[in-house]
Amino acid sequence: MLRLPRFKYLRPKTAREAARMASELGPKAMFVAGGTDLFPKLKRRQFEVEALIGLDFLSRQVRAGADEAEVDAGVTLASAAANEHLSATFSGYAEAAGVVSSPPLRNAGTIGGNLCVDTRCNYYDMTYEWRKAIGFCMKKDGDICLVAPSSPRCWAVSSSDTGPMAIALEGMVTLAGADGERELPVAALYRDDGIDYLAKQPSEVLTSLRLPVIEGNQSAYVKLRRRGSIDFPIAGAAVALRLDGATVTRCRIVLSAVASYPLEARAADDFLTGKTLDEETVRAAAEIAAKPAKPLDNADLTHFWRKRMVRVVVEQALAAAATRGGGSMVKLLGQHPG
Amino acid sequence: MGASNNGFSVIGKPLPKPDAVSKVTGRAIYADDMLPARTLHCRILRSPHPHARIVSIDTSAARRMPGVQAVITGADLPIKFGILPVTQDERALEHEKVRYVGDPIAAVAAVDEEIAASACDAISVEYEVLEPVMSIDEALVETKDERIQDYGGPNNIHKLVALEFGDVDAGFARADHTREDVFFFQGNTHLPMEQHSAVATFVDGRVTLWSSTQVVHYVHRALAKVLELPMNRIRVIGAAHGGGFGGKTDPFAHEIIVSKLAMLTGRPVKCTLTREEVFYAHRGRHPVLMWVRTGVTKDGRITAMHFRSALDGGAYGSYGVASTFYTGALQTVTYDIPAYRFEGCRVFTNKPPCGPKRGHGTPQPRFALELHLEKIAHDIGLDPVELKQRNFVKPMTRTVNWLRVTSCGLEECTERVLNASGFRKREKKRGHGMGFAISSYLSGAGTAIYWNDMPHSEVQIKVDRGGVTAYCGAMDIGQGSDSVLAAIVAEELGIQPADVRLVTADTDTTPIDLGSYSSRVTFMAGNAAIQAARKMREMLVEAAAAKMGAPVEAVAVGGGRIGDFSFEDASILAEARFGTLTSAGSYTPPKIAGPYKGSGVGPSPAYSYSACVVDLDADPRTGLVHLNKVWIAHDVGRAINPLLVEGQVEGSVYMGLGEALMEEQEFRKGLHKWPSMLEYKSPTFLDMPEVETFIVETVDPEGPYGAKEAGQGPLLPVIPAVSSAVFDALGVWIDEIPVTPEKIVEALRRKEKGEAARFGPARFPSIPYPACIKVEPPAKELDRAAPASI
Ligand SMILES: Cc1cc2nc3c(=O)[nH]c(=O)nc-3n(C[C@H](O)[C@H](O)[C@H](O)COP(=O)(O)OP(=O)(O)OC[C@H]3O[C@@H](n4cnc5c(N)ncnc54)[C@H](O)[C@@H]3O)c2cc1C
Ligand code: SF4
Repeated sequence: MLRLPRFKYLRPKTAREAARMASELGPKAMFVAGGTDLFPKLKRRQFEVEALIGLDFLSRQVRAGADEAEVDAGVTLASAAANEHLSATFSGYAEAAGVVSSPPLRNAGTIGGNLCVDTRCNYYDMTYEWRKAIGFCMKKDGDICLVAPSSPRCWAVSSSDTGPMAIALEGMVTLAGADGERELPVAALYRDDGIDYLAKQPSEVLTSLRLPVIEGNQSAYVKLRRRGSIDFPIAGAAVALRLDGATVTRCRIVLSAVASYPLEARAADDFLTGKTLDEETVRAAAEIAAKPAKPLDNADLTHFWRKRMVRVVVEQALAAAATRGGGSMVKLLGQHPG
Repeated sequence: MGASNNGFSVIGKPLPKPDAVSKVTGRAIYADDMLPARTLHCRILRSPHPHARIVSIDTSAARRMPGVQAVITGADLPIKFGILPVTQDERALEHEKVRYVGDPIAAVAAVDEEIAASACDAISVEYEVLEPVMSIDEALVETKDERIQDYGGPNNIHKLVALEFGDVDAGFARADHTREDVFFFQGNTHLPMEQHSAVATFVDGRVTLWSSTQVVHYVHRALAKVLELPMNRIRVIGAAHGGGFGGKTDPFAHEIIVSKLAMLTGRPVKCTLTREEVFYAHRGRHPVLMWVRTGVTKDGRITAMHFRSALDGGAYGSYGVASTFYTGALQTVTYDIPAYRFEGCRVFTNKPPCGPKRGHGTPQPRFALELHLEKIAHDIGLDPVELKQRNFVKPMTRTVNWLRVTSCGLEECTERVLNASGFRKREKKRGHGMGFAISSYLSGAGTAIYWNDMPHSEVQIKVDRGGVTAYCGAMDIGQGSDSVLAAIVAEELGIQPADVRLVTADTDTTPIDLGSYSSRVTFMAGNAAIQAARKMREMLVEAAAAKMGAPVEAVAVGGGRIGDFSFEDASILAEARFGTLTSAGSYTPPKIAGPYKGSGVGPSPAYSYSACVVDLDADPRTGLVHLNKVWIAHDVGRAINPLLVEGQVEGSVYMGLGEALMEEQEFRKGLHKWPSMLEYKSPTFLDMPEVETFIVETVDPEGPYGAKEAGQGPLLPVIPAVSSAVFDALGVWIDEIPVTPEKIVEALRRKEKGEAARFGPARFPSIPYPACIKVEPPAKELDRAAPASI
């Protein structure tokens, strides 16, 4: 059996204390919330730490206000998915939380952990022995990229389901450091790098996510994966739309699992805004959105096919978001790939 | 459904398994649950190279680590073993050459697993890296460095076979239409929930091994050979079993290693493979490339068939010679083929060895055959189901390759699934399709793995103070063989299955059974149990009759009573009369193999039959397939326990769907691409569609109460039915398993461009098959009066 390495488990009582511990210990320590991503990776020696700093002090509330909803970082994915307020007002977010991995992992995994989840690559998400046999890559223990050997960087894939949706909903995160708190748009939490994929300080604790209520916003998340029961996304589209009749007055499309960070499809947003939403504009917008997506040969199925599928998930997410308000949107295109 | 129980009190009843509660409540003791006092933990160092010579192994740093008790290498276990007598090509630890990433090199026993793992990491091995051979094509040409094995050949060919039954050329000459197709079936693995695990002790000069194995007898033999101990100094016990599907049918390196380490340290030693190591232990489905040519008359009757297979065997022999024959053996058991030529080839590659997986060597040709016949039907404008039905074999016949078919429920299975699914009236709509296929499988191989004249299964029964104990070497691997034994003994002695104590799969205390593979246990151990139980019943009845002063015919057995007495009282009477009450029964399959070399693979005392319809949606834009429903009918002869038969059928459907749509043992840069349960895609129960199962009972003349197998056959038709349903939905043939969305999209693209509307291998390689051994076919009609011999 793969065994966990030995480590110290620290139990701070506040975020500030946790941040202080983290900045003292530096790279020798990591935070752990639900542990659903972290523990398997410790077993595979993708992370080597001497201490884990437990985040079980994080609150687990969803506060619904008139202007915004505040979701504590400790809220489990299962309770976020089942939350009535989130489902009604931020349906895409509840949907995204509800399709992360599998039911048991959603009961343990937190929304904070999901925003911070490690990037993925099938040359990297393997045991120590396997990685040693194929030759270590630069994300851990090595110095080259096995997917793109001539590349100076790592292309591991951002695989969070809720991150793109939180960006499309224009969410903000609260980060607690040793000396105080700050706020950041979710989009600014990520960097285009498979290794240093988070823009926050390693010692900062994510304490909550705030989603602003935008009058008339309708959202949807469509996720593509091989097995609807457990898999990470191999492509996903988060869409938030506001419609005036059939005219798009506001649009945010963010893609999951096609780059090292949640990929914002700004050009498609601009294209759609002010246009009538119909089959033709949806197709055109999806085409534009998919263009910058560059899947590589480091995830399930071939990257050619995944690239093709980006358009499909965007179209489906647009259609799903539009129909949500009971609008007269075009027929749902294709089948739901989830 | 549809199971009868006329005249029986236990047989035919849907009873739960005797070990159901202990398994679902976590109280069953699996090998990994065992932790005898002072147990040492073992980890195995494995090769990081697909092909390399070992120049040196330095274990000194590992030996110095605190907590390490023993380190062994191939020099400590130099004797080769292997499941087949003709391919004794494995070592528990290799010290000369490694042949796949994962090949075992050294093993450590330490006080805990982490220390053992660190010690493995501290062993330094110097390699001379050799060019790996990673495909069938590469194996057929000269290698850059050296061959993988030093037997077989030319090049990396392991085995070649060529057989011809009847006049094939004349058959083709007589055909109105002939067609050739090429198919590929990708390799996949068993993926049992329980990883392999073994614990060994060495006490008073005796080795005892508890293991998660399907066959205690073969492990026993291999241990005796490699450890150089007499068999009476070794005891192998099957621990509670968490699934095998063929993957635990070979003797494995870790079983030998823990035994050796226990001998060296005098302490219990345990090894549980990691999931990754289970992928390396493998022995799973061979990737097989197939070419088939068939001639038919205008009305669709087959006149001749020529079938070629090329199996990618991985690095070692395992069951491979048998697997090779199996790719050509059972075509004739479903379709009446008057002239048949089979050429098979297995090659060595630098991958984990392939072996038997549920359906052993037959799902691949079944996939090819079913699709090939559909294509022929389309060519000649005949309904594919109609064409297949016209060629169905008949009961009580002998096939052109000398296989004896007795009971056969092919027609009934077909009608059941066609009617229930509404297949013939299905709506033709782009994106929605239904597929139909049939199959057959053995109820136990008619010959043993190694040559011997012993019965294939034996059962002993002891009755003592009213308690009944049945002893049998059979291993319950979850398929329910314990349930079957208990049900049979209970039925014969007029008691309930819960009243029968079972002692199974223990080489010290139970008589031989060749193990849980080849769907043989119900048929063979079942017949042995009937014989043993009837002998016991005679004694009980005789004693009761004597006391009653009545003739034996007047003594009724049933409801826990023997004549006027309770079972307990009757057993005391019998013990007083006969002394210790024991009885024994055994089963030896009839000698029905044909008169030619290689005829040992294929014969079985009875064949099961299945038919299946799959209903699915396939999206032309994405290639994504959504399964709606599966209907499956299985001719099991008689369902001894219909609940278990349904379980086996549904499990087979599940496994078949996984193989059809996603499972792939793929390699990249010489390594298994994804030896993990998350990355190697296999369906979860949430991905399962509804399955409607029909049990068809043909009451086989030789099966126990007429029973045949249920564990493997129902997997076979599922795979071609999926591909055929995709054709029905989108008009493209996916001639390659698994049927993935990207293949569907590519086939549709080719179709649009006016190319052949298919995805699949373009050609079959040129293989130096030897000249065919020509075999005269037998007379077709079976003499009903003498079903057991030729
Ligand atoms: C089989 C399997 C399937 C999965 N499928 C999916 C999937 O489909 N989609 C998906 O998005 N994820 C998936 N995951 C990953 C994981 O389960 C989820 O992302 C989950 O939400 C992580 O949350 P957690 O609380 O368990 O995080 P942890 O495992 O505790 O932590 C994850 C990372 O975030 C950091 N972290 C956690 N909380 C905070 C915080 N509050 N502040 C700062 N840093 C923090 C940790 O240090 C760690 O680096 C899967 C995992 C497995 C094992
Ligand atoms: S993208 Fe390259 S560097 Fe990054 S994890 Fe994969 S192989 Fe390693």
